[in-house]
Amino acid sequence: MSKLLDVTDLKKHFPIRGGFFGGVTGQVYAVDGVSFHIDKGETLSLVGESGCGKSTVGKAILRLFGITDGQVVLDGQRIDDMSAGTLRPVRRRMQVVFQDPFTSLNPRMRVKDILAEPIRNFGLAKNSADLDEKVAKLMDTVRLPRDAVGRWPHEFSGGQRQRIGIARALAAEPDLIICDEAVSALDVSVKAQIVNLLQDLQAELGLALLFISHDLAIVEHMTHRVAVMYLGKIVEVAPKRSLFAAPKHPYTEALLSAVPVPMPGAARQRVILRGDVPSPINPPKGCRFHTRCPYAFDRCRVEEPLLRAIPTALEAGHTAACHLHDRPEAENPLAIAKGQALLAV
Amino acid sequence: MALLEVENLQTHFRTPDGVNRAVDGVSFEVAAGETLAIVGESGCGKSVTAMSILRLIPEPPGKIAGAIRFQGKDLLTLSEPEMRDIRGNEISMIFQEPMTSLNPVLNVGRQIGETLRLHQGLSAKDAEAKAVEMLTLVGIPEPGRRVREYPHQLSGGMRQRVMIAIALACNPKLLIADEPTTALDVTIQAQILELMRDLKHRVGAAIVLITHDLGVVAEVAERVVVMYAGKKVEEAPVGQLFRTPRHPYTQGLLGSMPKLGSSLTGTETRLAEIPGLVPSLKQKIPGCVFASRCSHATDLCVKVAPALELKAPGHIAACHYATKEGAIAA
Repeated sequence: MSKLLDVTDLKKHFPIRGGFFGGVTGQVYAVDGVSFHIDKGETLSLVGESGCGKSTVGKAILRLFGITDGQVVLDGQRIDDMSAGTLRPVRRRMQVVFQDPFTSLNPRMRVKDILAEPIRNFGLAKNSADLDEKVAKLMDTVRLPRDAVGRWPHEFSGGQRQRIGIARALAAEPDLIICDEAVSALDVSVKAQIVNLLQDLQAELGLALLFISHDLAIVEHMTHRVAVMYLGKIVEVAPKRSLFAAPKHPYTEALLSAVPVPMPGAARQRVILRGDVPSPINPPKGCRFHTRCPYAFDRCRVEEPLLRAIPTALEAGHTAACHLHDRPEAENPLAIAKGQALLAV
Repeated sequence: MALLEVENLQTHFRTPDGVNRAVDGVSFEVAAGETLAIVGESGCGKSVTAMSILRLIPEPPGKIAGAIRFQGKDLLTLSEPEMRDIRGNEISMIFQEPMTSLNPVLNVGRQIGETLRLHQGLSAKDAEAKAVEMLTLVGIPEPGRRVREYPHQLSGGMRQRVMIAIALACNPKLLIADEPTTALDVTIQAQILELMRDLKHRVGAAIVLITHDLGVVAEVAERVVVMYAGKKVEEAPVGQLFRTPRHPYTQGLLGSMPKLGSSLTGTETRLAEIPGLVPSLKQKIPGCVFASRCSHATDLCVKVAPALELKAPGHIAACHYATKEGAIAA
């Protein structure tokens, strides 16, 4: 597999302004050194709780704002330092689908104009007949009736609007689509429709997806690999089955055990985290998770663990940032595969 | 006698383009100390049902009909002052969004103390002491300091704990929780669900839990009511509902959820879709409300509304084709 997107040590800090002269009084370390890659045609899911920086990563890759430090490479081409002009053709190759289908479509544009805009912007249609044909084909692709192109966004339901949002992303014929909580706002039955659509499209068009979500059940259903974020850092990256069957970071373990499963009376091993996520303005020293970690020991408070391959992992390519894996196996609660007990399968 | 009996509840809203039948003939009972979950997708009328019980629906444009008997007393016949004695005292409510349901300009202690001063006539000092006690009960660290803090100083999870403290301050017999964990992150949701389970044993209040999350239902409820388009379509003990759902809508809902752990068991399948959309509540639907999306629907379903029938002990469903033996063949 060849790498489509390669992110190295990405940082995005937001300055906090305050005080009498409106000077910079602090930094929000929203994303603080994140590295990962996505292969062509692959789905990588970025999971974590609100405020962990997962959406910021997506926006930074899209260059919706400049980054503080690090490097973003798309198909061998470095894009994080490109000028606006040279970036323009690159933008065609990565598109986005946002969470809220009600606010992400312009209410004063008809569906055909919404879909035609990217095609026109990137000069993908030869003439107006070709443009109409492309728009009609997009409607087919997302399973909407062709004759609905003349309608306005408010005439559609939430699920249908999300289909329009997906069609708009596809209009530019991208290689990578970033789905930022693209199914989170939808009802269960509609969510299933959109998840199935995204999976079909990936198979048909060979798209790579960066699927940003907090819903682990959906993530497990549609992803190839998972990256878990906590407080601006990636704490674990692994192929799906390896992560769900044998999580190697205490935070992943807690996340898995916290998801309610639709099985009444299921006997599960519970890891309930105490307290809240610390502020990204003043993240804890050492391992950022040590304040809530049930297994934290002295070293965790002073030395920050790095993301590295874990020998006890189920599959190759499973990395985690945790000092526990330096301890003898008898003292490492994450050496064994706990997924079955955590998920009660 | 059940603690709460809701009988043929109809909450309709007058709108410029017709009457919206948000809740259209829903009946259920809640026994003392029991946890009943009402599940359904957005717009099915579950929140309106909850609001109707406490008569929080503005009238007009709303109109509540039917009967809501709480300890044998019909709440719909009470005067507003009598109703006020019940709200927050005997029946209290937790809302979804802890950010907007707390008053930003009053400290936490005042807000917990308010119900105590109003309903139990406590002095300001006693109310604050009781507020500290309530904060301890819901597991907030340093309650003595937190009681003087304002909502913006608390995290989302702590705000929801404060909401629960307010709701439980007067020892209500019934607690209505409307999507209490929907706005929270999973690890915080796990904390709040654990707290609710723990408090239920200690306080003994009955809970009506409104949610769209079947995972949450499985974790806390004893009995479940499934709503669709303003109607109750199925009701069953929780284990039975998940094991043998009788109504095609419930089956569809369960089938459309990905199962966590499917990659471990190798049971990853394509998600089942429920085709189509929820019907508009502004037209009277003569037949089954689910007929337009149901793969088993026949002429009978389109013409005649199915009655709620007992399909197994404690298990009722409104479907012409759900048999007593089990779910209809898929």
